[in-house]
Amino acid sequence: MISLTQVLVLSGILFSIAVAGVFLNRKNIIVLLMCIELMLLAVNFNFVAFSRYWGDIGGQIFVFFILTVAAAEAAIGLAILVVLFRERRSINVEDLDTLQG
Amino acid sequence: MFATILFFIFAAVLVGAALGVVLARNPVHSALLLVLCFFNSAVIWLLLDAEFLGIVLVLVYVGAVMVLFLFVVMMLDIDTAQFRKDLEGYWPVTVAVAGFVVFAIINVIVVRHLGGAGLKTAPALPAGYSNTRTLGIALFTRYAYPAQLAAVILLVASVAAIILTLRQRTGRKPQDIASQVAVRAKDRVRLVNMASGKKS
Repeated sequence: MISLTQVLVLSGILFSIAVAGVFLNRKNIIVLLMCIELMLLAVNFNFVAFSRYWGDIGGQIFVFFILTVAAAEAAIGLAILVVLFRERRSINVEDLDTLQG
Repeated sequence: MFATILFFIFAAVLVGAALGVVLARNPVHSALLLVLCFFNSAVIWLLLDAEFLGIVLVLVYVGAVMVLFLFVVMMLDIDTAQFRKDLEGYWPVTVAVAGFVVFAIINVIVVRHLGGAGLKTAPALPAGYSNTRTLGIALFTRYAYPAQLAAVILLVASVAAIILTLRQRTGRKPQDIASQVAVRAKDRVRLVNMASGKKS
């Protein structure tokens, strides 16, 4: 039987890989968005595991809503990305420092 | 026991694919490896008896979100040759932060055992238990109002995505149906009263 600890450690490793990805990828916003999706996936792992081990369906309902919000976020984020690329011809994170003054 | 072995196999593939997402040079490879991540996660959720969410993860993420990602990656003309050229300077801080996160999480979960709760095994499911049925009953009774809010969020997101990417081209000559229908004869025909052949 899979114990709760194993799932939670897997989720923690996944989350830290995603954090490392946010730090590492300075060239491409799309990969940053993918890393954010990975973080949400790690959080969903926690919700599913606790929901199963405490016998409460509420956690899985919450995963449902997280999936909804993540889909909306991906759609709007990619739309903004397309508009940004049309304006600046680049999605390099280091080029997007207009607000720095 | 068999479930545990399966869990470890899929967890290993999941972690490997996640590392690939982060380290791949080509964003298309990153997107495809993320698809692999989602498939493995769906299998692990099936092992955790969350069948409905596992299938939803495949349908929504692999079927919709990742196709959108791939579409955008291939639509934008990105120079992958200079991609990740000056990455080396960020390695120490990356390893430090990620290592600290792993250390903190494992400290809480493994060393402290979540205050003794970490060793708990899953309670046995009652006979005739259906995950989809339980989830549906909870979603449409206790969580009916949040479900409608989620629907509104999706509507707003789709409207926002359309409005953001809508582009008005200049120099286009579209038909204006309303003005064509509303036209009157006196707008088109002008009767001119000309003086004819009178000598002055």
